[in-house]
Amino acid sequence: MMRKARLGALAGALGLLGMAPAFATPLATPSYTFNKSTVIAGARLFADHCSACHAVSNLRYDRLESLGMTKAEIKKDIMLPGGANILKGMRPTMTQADAKKWFGLPPPNLSHIVRAMGARWVYTYLTSFYWDPKRPSGWNNHVFPNVAMPNILAPWGGTYTKTGKVLQPGRETPAAYHKEVAEIVAFLRYASDPSVFERRELGRYVLGVMVLLTVLAYLLKKEYWKDVHGPEKPGEEGHSQDVGASKKRREGRSGTR
Amino acid sequence: MSKFGDWLNERFPAREMMREHMTEYFAPKNFNILYYTGSLLLLMIVLQLVSGFLLMAHYVPTSQDAFNSVQGIMYDTKWGWLIRYMHVDGVSLIFILLYLHMGRGLLYGSYRKPRELLWIIGYLLYIMMMGEAFFGYVLPFGNLSYWAGQVITSIIHAVPWIGPGLTTLARGGPGVGTATLERFLALHAVLWFLIIAALIVLHILALHQVGSNNPDGIEIKDHKGPDGHPLDGIPFHPYYTVKDIFGVGVWLTLFAAIIFYAPTMHGVFLERTTFFRANPMVALPDVTPPWYLAPYYAMLRAIPNKYFGIALMILAIVLPFFLPWLDRNPVRSSRYRPVYRAMIILLAITFFTLAWVGEQPPLPKYFFIERLGAAIYVGFYLLLPIISSFEPTRTVPERVRS
Repeated sequence: MMRKARLGALAGALGLLGMAPAFATPLATPSYTFNKSTVIAGARLFADHCSACHAVSNLRYDRLESLGMTKAEIKKDIMLPGGANILKGMRPTMTQADAKKWFGLPPPNLSHIVRAMGARWVYTYLTSFYWDPKRPSGWNNHVFPNVAMPNILAPWGGTYTKTGKVLQPGRETPAAYHKEVAEIVAFLRYASDPSVFERRELGRYVLGVMVLLTVLAYLLKKEYWKDVHGPEKPGEEGHSQDVGASKKRREGRSGTR
Repeated sequence: MSKFGDWLNERFPAREMMREHMTEYFAPKNFNILYYTGSLLLLMIVLQLVSGFLLMAHYVPTSQDAFNSVQGIMYDTKWGWLIRYMHVDGVSLIFILLYLHMGRGLLYGSYRKPRELLWIIGYLLYIMMMGEAFFGYVLPFGNLSYWAGQVITSIIHAVPWIGPGLTTLARGGPGVGTATLERFLALHAVLWFLIIAALIVLHILALHQVGSNNPDGIEIKDHKGPDGHPLDGIPFHPYYTVKDIFGVGVWLTLFAAIIFYAPTMHGVFLERTTFFRANPMVALPDVTPPWYLAPYYAMLRAIPNKYFGIALMILAIVLPFFLPWLDRNPVRSSRYRPVYRAMIILLAITFFTLAWVGEQPPLPKYFFIERLGAAIYVGFYLLLPIISSFEPTRTVPERVRS
């Protein structure tokens, strides 16, 4: 029921991408290890296949340096669209005006797509295209019916009918193809949450220090509360006098009060 | 210390305040885990002030730039993500603490005479916090922010006669836009914050006037030693200050774990629809409030008539104010009132069920849960005067159990 509700919310969010949604297909889980190298691999694939139309405007190109790419690599492999500036957000090759003319609406900026739709949805969407001659582009999608985007990955992943029959096999084996799509999803996940690696690395130290401080605070508390619980059993008559006495002791010790 | 201390104390009652509120404020020695919530709330609100101040330094309250300025904080500002996650996750953690804090008051009868005013100030604080949270989540201007702003301000529309005018005043125009963001920022960061800060001071002063209740619900002041101090009381400082420092350690460890490893808490603390820009052209099919406001939203939806739905929601929000007078049993703590204890457990389950159902799409299959939940929630308060006057009670001990 929870899952259904979440799909409903996703369906609602789809409206924001400009289409009437419907969910018949269950979402598949991409299999990938989310780390810097899969994100870089995904960024290269994204630059080759997606950045012709899609911007990732919130992610600056030089952000990829923090993942381990060099400036030269970024310039050569990622900054393919004309006018790309390493200090600015990732832009598409296609202009907004052309996009509107060709597709009816500009392809969405994908900066937050994984945070908004979830990695599983993006992965399932990318792998759920089927051949549909009734559509202007010739393509339709199981999780995003009547989507304007054509299946640009068909040469690699193959062409399928609605029922899953192979019309034309792809250049790659299904396993290799799904791995690459998962890498694109990894990149988009990073794009929508670029502090993730920094957080994970820093988090260990922060938690370590916090746990240490908490243990020290516990020992301090235990030491002070000996007065209240006392060496004698709790609940005994008269140990509040103990508290008073030890309080006086402490005050006597500090002496400045 | 001493020389400066003397100089200071001739001019400012520092020593006196320290004595009155810390070293000679006697708190019952039998506080349990629920008694960490007060100091943690104070800490969290100070953290919200610090992170909020830093966020505001980068935030642009216009409909064009608000979303991007927040994304600028997340993507391009040094430590911006840390500050924003602190602020966003801090809200949910504050409401978790608020519910534990108020639940504790219910469990141990802390609202009862002579603590009626303490309860009322505290409950008022909770209501102000709901407003503060609402203003806050409109500011990032994601699509959820926009539609939540529209829906909540449209509730004001139901006020007879002046409703439409008030709605325009609240939005600063016919719809939610730049004027709304500007006034919400002013309300969020200035007026509401000042009111909350003042109420916190009043809450603590009122507490220290009447003294803390405890899980046994009995007065420690009834049994005083020869020195005039309660026998079952211990000075707040150092005993509860060191204990609270330990509580702070545990809590901040949890807070850090959320910030660093699950900052959106799978869409519960930071909803998915906030990652789309505000778009008046694309309505969200179901604008659900954050989890901590969802119970009231579920009650609002329980009646498919705008006026009666709003009336039910207002009733649910207002009823707890009268709690000190609705409970008529001479015994305070639920430890010695099995029926009352069962009622509170049912109330808590109902409240969180309503929170869950309030997050679901508005489908007819949920109507029954919404209505049953609303009936139980309101029924608790309405039946309390009757049940509490004849419910069985156990023998209350003379002194607190430790």
